[in-house]
Amino acid sequence: MIEIKDLSLSAGDFSLSHLNFRIESGQYAVLMGKTGRGKTTILESICGLRRVESGTITIYGKNVTNWLPADRDVGYVPQDLALFPTFTVRGHLEFALRLRNWSKPSIADRSQQLAEQLGIRHLLDRKITGLSGGESQRVALGRALSFYPTVLLLDEPLSALDSDTRSEMQDLLKSITKLNEVTTLHITHNQEEAAALADCSFELRDGKVERLTGMSAGKCQ
Amino acid sequence: MTDHLVSSGKSQQRGEGHRRRRSDVPFFVVMGGISSCFVLLIILLLLADLRFASIAEFKTALLKPEIQFAFQLTILSCTVAALLSIWVATPLGYLLSRYRFPGRTFIDTIVDIPIVLPPLVLGLSLLILFHQPFFGWEIEKWMRDTVGFPITYRWPAVVLAQFSVACAFAVRTMRVTFDQIDPRAEDVARTLGCSRGQAFLQIAFPQAWRGMIAATTIAWARALGEFGPILVFAGATRMRTEVLSTTVFLELSIGNLDAAVAVSLLMVAMAVVVLVVLRLLGTGLTS
Repeated sequence: MIEIKDLSLSAGDFSLSHLNFRIESGQYAVLMGKTGRGKTTILESICGLRRVESGTITIYGKNVTNWLPADRDVGYVPQDLALFPTFTVRGHLEFALRLRNWSKPSIADRSQQLAEQLGIRHLLDRKITGLSGGESQRVALGRALSFYPTVLLLDEPLSALDSDTRSEMQDLLKSITKLNEVTTLHITHNQEEAAALADCSFELRDGKVERLTGMSAGKCQ
Repeated sequence: MTDHLVSSGKSQQRGEGHRRRRSDVPFFVVMGGISSCFVLLIILLLLADLRFASIAEFKTALLKPEIQFAFQLTILSCTVAALLSIWVATPLGYLLSRYRFPGRTFIDTIVDIPIVLPPLVLGLSLLILFHQPFFGWEIEKWMRDTVGFPITYRWPAVVLAQFSVACAFAVRTMRVTFDQIDPRAEDVARTLGCSRGQAFLQIAFPQAWRGMIAATTIAWARALGEFGPILVFAGATRMRTEVLSTTVFLELSIGNLDAAVAVSLLMVAMAVVVLVVLRLLGTGLTS
């Protein structure tokens, strides 16, 4: 469960104030809004990369507003993916697990399992240079899901993909988030994407996050 | 009728436009001409040196024990200065590249001071620093009497004088290196469970190796060319604090031009090796 209360933040030349929304455990929420309105800023504040001015961020009952990003257990897939240039695909999947001192066999099991779920088993020993857009996207997703995060944040994960890969990834996102039982917040400006994926959807409009009613309003509050 | 006239006029204008009258030749002549002046100057300098020195004189000069000592001290002191520089430049370059903190501009400016300061002034400042009493306590005295490791007019002074300038160049290089590495990967690493230290060591550091080699090489090359601060802070004692740049000065001052040129050529060769290493690494320093 993610709960945002009275959250105010500023970045560059815009600021957002008194944001309120809540996503229930296991839900797939989509946040829509035009580009440059601060959607990414909201995600960055949830994962701890951006300091908030006031308000609280609660994840599964814990007020994490002032926690370091490393302590929040939030999986983050940024729009630019930000893969690690010196790592192999396997290195990406194992990175968070090694930081958590998992045993070698359990790290190997988990990376195999993820690689199968994501369909990237044949790429495990490849470097990330030369991966296609869809493959890179899967690696970034696997890296974010590897440590069983409580929350997954996706920043326009499908925007750079062609339409075939996009629908493939859409199905994958739906199945893998269910499989890993993770509460997801997905940012997009694409209506179709939202309709296909969302248990519930929100829109960032005029500096406020509003719950969308109608077909994809779901169980959000 | 009128339409016909207008359209024929238009087609006439179009036809004129097709005449070939532009050429890029003047551009290349002017730009190339100006650029070649500098390149030519350097080539002529080197050719003049080569023409002046004969192989026999070159051999005689390099076999002199003083010059051999100077060569060894140069290699050693430059290497130590370069290693010290990269050790300091990596964290400093990273901090300057990644963080906006109070006093950042001040530190940025301070780092550049050794680059713009006249070399003799830097040497003099080092000398004063080590011999200036601070409330009765003096660095040189303390190093000599308590630590048992005097600095001034010995080889450590050579290294310190070289380090003071070389490090400034290494910091610049490391800063550019980290500027070119996307900080987003480190951000994501922090969401995966890294502290800032782990993100630096595991994500940024492995990407910076080319820059680190480049910075070490540049620091080494700068240390090789250092002369003024060494002369003031370490002196120019034969078989003691003499490095190759000092040798050129010493040989020149006793009128031994042949030996001075031979040593100069040796330094040119060393500089060329360094530049080739840099080029082979293909770092973004030239871009």
